[in-house]
Amino acid sequence: MSSTVRYLQEVFGLLEEYEFRGQRQVVVPREKLFELLKFLKETCGFDMLVDVTCVDYLTYPCPPRWGRFGLVYNLLATETGERLIVRTFCDVETAVVPSVVPLWEAANWLEREVWDMFGIRFEGHPDLRRILLPEEFTDHPLRKDYPLQGKGERHNLPVITRAEG
Amino acid sequence: MPLYRADFVGNLAHDEPQEYLWTMNLGPQHPATHTTLRLVLKLEGERVVDAMPDIGYLHSGFEKLGEHLNYNQYVVVTDRMNYCSCVANNVAWHLAVEKLLGIDVPPRCQYLRVIVTELARIADHLVCNAAVGLDAGAFTFFMYAFNPREQIYRILEALCGARFTNSYTRVGGVMYDASPTAISLIREFVRTFPRALNDMEQLLNRNRIFIDRTKGIGVLTKEEAINRGVTGPIARASGVTRDLRKDEPYLAYRDFDFDICCATGGDCYARYLVRMAEMRESLKIVQQAVENLPTGPVNVDVGLRVTLPEKPQVFGTIEGLIQHFEILMWNRGFQTPWGEVYSAIEAPNGELGFYIVGDGTDRAYRARCRPPSFIHFALFPHLIRGHRLSDVVAVLGSLNIIAAELDR
Repeated sequence: MSSTVRYLQEVFGLLEEYEFRGQRQVVVPREKLFELLKFLKETCGFDMLVDVTCVDYLTYPCPPRWGRFGLVYNLLATETGERLIVRTFCDVETAVVPSVVPLWEAANWLEREVWDMFGIRFEGHPDLRRILLPEEFTDHPLRKDYPLQGKGERHNLPVITRAEG
Repeated sequence: MPLYRADFVGNLAHDEPQEYLWTMNLGPQHPATHTTLRLVLKLEGERVVDAMPDIGYLHSGFEKLGEHLNYNQYVVVTDRMNYCSCVANNVAWHLAVEKLLGIDVPPRCQYLRVIVTELARIADHLVCNAAVGLDAGAFTFFMYAFNPREQIYRILEALCGARFTNSYTRVGGVMYDASPTAISLIREFVRTFPRALNDMEQLLNRNRIFIDRTKGIGVLTKEEAINRGVTGPIARASGVTRDLRKDEPYLAYRDFDFDICCATGGDCYARYLVRMAEMRESLKIVQQAVENLPTGPVNVDVGLRVTLPEKPQVFGTIEGLIQHFEILMWNRGFQTPWGEVYSAIEAPNGELGFYIVGDGTDRAYRARCRPPSFIHFALFPHLIRGHRLSDVVAVLGSLNIIAAELDR
């Protein structure tokens, strides 16, 4: 495992790698993300993408220095059972990340959910639409500057009466 | 899409080649979807050319709520995710929190959690297979499956007072220790369930109609299963020999003797068979756990400042009283490290994981849930393409989609 990480360090220039509670995380610059994931999938045997998610560090007490949004790619090698979490960071202005759907079909809906909830665009995604929220929705509710009770969207929903419906 | 072409002049001749596709809407309120989800099907005659899932009808912002409720309060929300196996979600959530805090629960608590998780797995598989049977026309099977499910709910009621949404676990322990009544109910279930399972298998395993409806339908190959992130019984039915209980043993799963059930067919029938076989293995685990239940406390030591002390301690000792207040006061609570963990368990439906970001307070900074239903429902258009309209319900049932977990 550590030899893989050392190799990644040399080839892709990891920003950081650390371990917490037995889980290894590597932080990679956004430009190298796709290459690195492709290398991990094709050479290191990480054949399953377990999860793609994001964390908004806007109000975090010790925010990471690379950006506001931290994407989380949760990888698993089904043969060996190894897990690796790959992180990359971006800001509101640069919220575009290459899509990994060409590598894993599983990323399709997961990336749509991240777009829906955080407003991060995935370049090259075949069908980047909102998935859980309605098409008309304009905000991204899992961002930390979005209030828990919403911004009044529910009040503006069109009311369909029994006579019209 | 109109039912007929504009230039249609009568004569319903079916031998003419059809030059257009019908669009059919299934759901969001439809008895065969079992939950609130919508499918837009493109049909050529009775053949499904494409399916477009439309989800989000039950979206209630669980992950946003997780950032505003503390680690013990949020367990109530996890109940509402996969409501066929609530306790499994509770266990998954609190295992993730305990991993973040770096604490291990005592053996008795581990065994109790194993027992409830396996009971939940049996209940979930019963519901899933019953629904597959029901949609394929086997109503009697449905009744046979719901009878033992009722027994499981009675056990859970004896354990924690709630039948459906249990919220049984707490950070560092469980809500109540098992009473002798609960233990005897579990023993009775272990004794009687194999017979019910045999009856069910005899009803459906070799049933010609059921096999015709499910065999070769919705085939998922092993490579596709891995590429699409499929886990749990669906992956195992496609030949992926992976089970987190064996591969990354959590709780006390190392202590038990059980097998991983796999199949190679990858179709609806294989998924049905895997679920039936898994129930038998789960029952083995329950039996071993309840007969070897260790003695001792169910909660971690109060010195770790995550669980409430016992009432005699609170009322009788000054330390107990201080501990009690330390946990309950809004500005104290327990403290979490600044760190991020991903912890997953083998839930009945597949890998149910939680990615928690701790920020020092007793609330998660981010509580991401990796829901198996979400990943599995993304498969649906792929599985149904080319099949008949009547196969939609068979495939949908065998994927065991729970919309509350799908939309969260």
